[in-house]
Amino acid sequence: MPSTVKQPDRRILDHFLVPKHRILSLEEAVEVLNKLGIKPWQLPRISVNDPVIRLLGGKPGDIVEIVRNSPTAGEYVTYRVVVSY
Amino acid sequence: MSYGPYGEEERYTISGIRFSLLSPREIREMAKVTVIRADIYESDGSPIMGGLRDPHFGAIEPGERCPVCGNLRQDCPGHFGKIDLARPVMLPHLGEHIYRLLQATCRNCGRILIPNDKAAYMLQVYRRLKERWPVLADIFAEEVAKGASSTTECPHCGTKQYKLRLVKPYYLYEVREEGEVRLTPSEIRERLERIPDDDAELLGWDPKSSRPEWAVLTVLPVPPLSVRPSITTESSQRAEDDLTHALVEIVRQNERLKNFIASSAPESMIEEAWNTLQNVIAAYIDNELPNIYQLSHRGRKQLKTIAQRLKGKEGRLRGNLNGKRVNFSSRTVISPDPLISINEVGVPVEVAKILTVPMVVTPYNIEDARRYVLNGPYKWPGATVVYKKRENVKIDLRYQRNLRQLAESLEPGDIVERHLIDGDIVLFNRQPSLHRMSIMAHRVRVMPGRTFRLNLLVCAPYNADFDGDEMNLHVPRLDEARAEAEELLLVEKHILTPRYGGPIIGGRQDYISGAYLLTVKTTLLDINKVRELLRGVSDASVELPEPAILRPRPLWTGKQFISMFLPKGFNFRGRAKINAGDLKCDSEDCFYDSYVVVSDGRLLEGVLDKNTIGAEQPESLLHYLVLERGSEEGRRFLDTVFRAFIKMLELKGFTVSLSDVLVPAETMKRIKSMVANAKNDVIDLIRQYNEGTLEIIPGRTPEESLELRIIQRLQRLRDEAGKTAIDYMDVFNNAFIMARTGARGSDINITQMAAMLGQQTVRGRRITRGFRTRTLPHFKPGDLSPEARGFVAGNFRDGLSPHEVFFHAAGGREGLVDTAVKTSQSGYMQRRLINALQDLYVAYDGTVRDSENNIIQFRYGEDGIDPQKTYHGRAVNIDRIIEEVKNVTGGGAGA
Repeated sequence: MPSTVKQPDRRILDHFLVPKHRILSLEEAVEVLNKLGIKPWQLPRISVNDPVIRLLGGKPGDIVEIVRNSPTAGEYVTYRVVVSY
Repeated sequence: MSYGPYGEEERYTISGIRFSLLSPREIREMAKVTVIRADIYESDGSPIMGGLRDPHFGAIEPGERCPVCGNLRQDCPGHFGKIDLARPVMLPHLGEHIYRLLQATCRNCGRILIPNDKAAYMLQVYRRLKERWPVLADIFAEEVAKGASSTTECPHCGTKQYKLRLVKPYYLYEVREEGEVRLTPSEIRERLERIPDDDAELLGWDPKSSRPEWAVLTVLPVPPLSVRPSITTESSQRAEDDLTHALVEIVRQNERLKNFIASSAPESMIEEAWNTLQNVIAAYIDNELPNIYQLSHRGRKQLKTIAQRLKGKEGRLRGNLNGKRVNFSSRTVISPDPLISINEVGVPVEVAKILTVPMVVTPYNIEDARRYVLNGPYKWPGATVVYKKRENVKIDLRYQRNLRQLAESLEPGDIVERHLIDGDIVLFNRQPSLHRMSIMAHRVRVMPGRTFRLNLLVCAPYNADFDGDEMNLHVPRLDEARAEAEELLLVEKHILTPRYGGPIIGGRQDYISGAYLLTVKTTLLDINKVRELLRGVSDASVELPEPAILRPRPLWTGKQFISMFLPKGFNFRGRAKINAGDLKCDSEDCFYDSYVVVSDGRLLEGVLDKNTIGAEQPESLLHYLVLERGSEEGRRFLDTVFRAFIKMLELKGFTVSLSDVLVPAETMKRIKSMVANAKNDVIDLIRQYNEGTLEIIPGRTPEESLELRIIQRLQRLRDEAGKTAIDYMDVFNNAFIMARTGARGSDINITQMAAMLGQQTVRGRRITRGFRTRTLPHFKPGDLSPEARGFVAGNFRDGLSPHEVFFHAAGGREGLVDTAVKTSQSGYMQRRLINALQDLYVAYDGTVRDSENNIIQFRYGEDGIDPQKTYHGRAVNIDRIIEEVKNVTGGGAGA
């Protein structure tokens, strides 16, 4: 349940330590899951109460693409499933 | 025994394991005998019917037929019995679970203390969670129970609820207004019975397999005799298993309770007997529970009951299931052999005659097979067993008279268990197995003696030395296993470690000294020396270059010698270990020969030492050689040139003697005066401190400041004294060579031998322990002078005075304690880390997954790079590529 208290400050999205999050469309999500050959719950998880997820309006079950900078690989793409706890 | 792929027998996959409570019904159904007698044997020695050795527990004597299943002891699985308890008894380890359950449910109607609709919703949530994330479901159930426990009135029947109090392990009290009332196991069982299935499920139980009331026993299962075998000593005395002893006690107490009840004894006596029974059953399950009377032998040795069998390092789990003993393995002391390849291991003939490999006879190897069979089990290389395919029999050669005839009768398809021979692949291991290089595959080399022999260069990955170390050897027997070991585990594939992307195998100690002596500018080799060195290098087929000096006689430099073994086109430049202090150079224009240059496989300048060929030195000559030229080339280098290094030491002779640390009297005099100066400085510091004029270091007390300043000053003294002594030493001083090339020892070691030991410390401070105000009675109370606080001005060459020895021992002891503590702590940390990570793996798509296919990383290490194949962690080394291109195109700007 996304908290109804104050929304997080939008500016956190621009902070350099916060990686880029993007909620995938259903088609994209299915494609990612098929590529990896897994079910959603086998992905790493992220809470709906995570500030970035609240700002992006993620709901439990959504799959988020996170692109972070990596000192060794340049860019590292991960996927997480939004969960309600 | 079968070989090759699995037979026709059906195979099953375990889909899950469920632990649950036994229901009284199950216990009664599986019980073949009810135990009512506390004695075991009749007076004539036969087991009592209805006693704990009743034959219905299963056949155990040879030839005995089981009265239950009719089988002999080989085939009788053993049968359970039961003890009908006169009164219910709690399962001792479930006290907390029962407590939780009772607190969350109504004492009257048994319903969960949550209103119906809410409970129904929660149950739905719980079931959904249980399906996907069972761990979360358990946490959820715990939260539900916590919430329900705080309710004071039942939402279903309105009954007032009391708080419960649990006294471990299993006493429950109800806190009523009139005081605490103990709940008897009977009452507890009644309450548990009233809990509906759904409510039990919401509280984290699985009522289908474990109803709550089953946690209170009404009938106790008695395990078969095969679980608690009795042993007969030579004097035909019977000794029963500890479990049997515990069960005897249970039966005795149970019968006593029965009698009391039957004779309507006073309630207090019944209560007492009941409690005793409860205690005995608790001890039968776990004799180490807190607050129980432990069962023991007459000799007051504790009984090993069920929990004790399972628990701990030697328990069933860790001792028998996680850790098993294996066949086709061997263990003995290791010793060095510099003449065998790093890929080899020397195996004693005696061992080779016991460890065997199955060999399928084919038309191509039938001659060999016949020879092995002919030699028999006691002559190496022989064979121990033959499986005849046609007759389908196993023939043990130990009991075979006519080996010749058997050898003749061999035909393709038969299997010969032959001795280990040269070239077989075996796995070699030294504990603790901390990284993957702790188990590597070696090729066998059978030799006389009783120890495993290994090349000194592989000591590093095993962390082995020869002060009595033992190692294990395992023989993979199937072709598949042998191939896998050879391809993946062979020593040469582990010269580079994935730990830090560098060579873990490499020169140490004498290899380094030898390399230095061979490559140093002053070494010139005549043809005889070169030949001698080449002879040490067995499989050398190299072309001798034109000698560096032609007259008066041809002489080669050590660098030319090395160059014969470096691959063409190989380049390297870097600093040698000796490139420090007075011998520092930053470029290849180096007067001291401390900058190493290899061009097109020729060692042009610089000496080889720890920085270029040492073990655990990333980005060294050895590293680049192995990484870029392949592990086989690397192995060849280690097996040839390194042997020459050792040979070089043999030719030259290398030792350290007193004269190596001898310093002229005049230098010693200078050191003495330095000591005097330092002492004066310290006295001055103490004076300043006493006067209060000492400059205080920010954040420190005056005392700490004084100590720090004194330590600083004395440290400087030792450094200066060491430098004075070492400066005097010439470059051909062997101790000096070892320290500077990184072969062994350091400047500090030389300082301590030649100049002074310096300040001894305990816990990073000068030594202050001992008597109340002084370290030793040699000093005045409160003496802060250097020598009274562990400063040792003496050295190992001249010897120490008694109090100096004492201080040195105090400092040395701390080091020993530190290493002991550190290894045990880091060992435990390592164990937990491995347990957490052990079933993660890199899948074929480059992701890291766990055993349930959950994704841990989307790409291994974020970049998907194997650290073993990196330059000290970096996937590409731009500098080296640029160098490479420059060399190919003819060098820099001119190209």
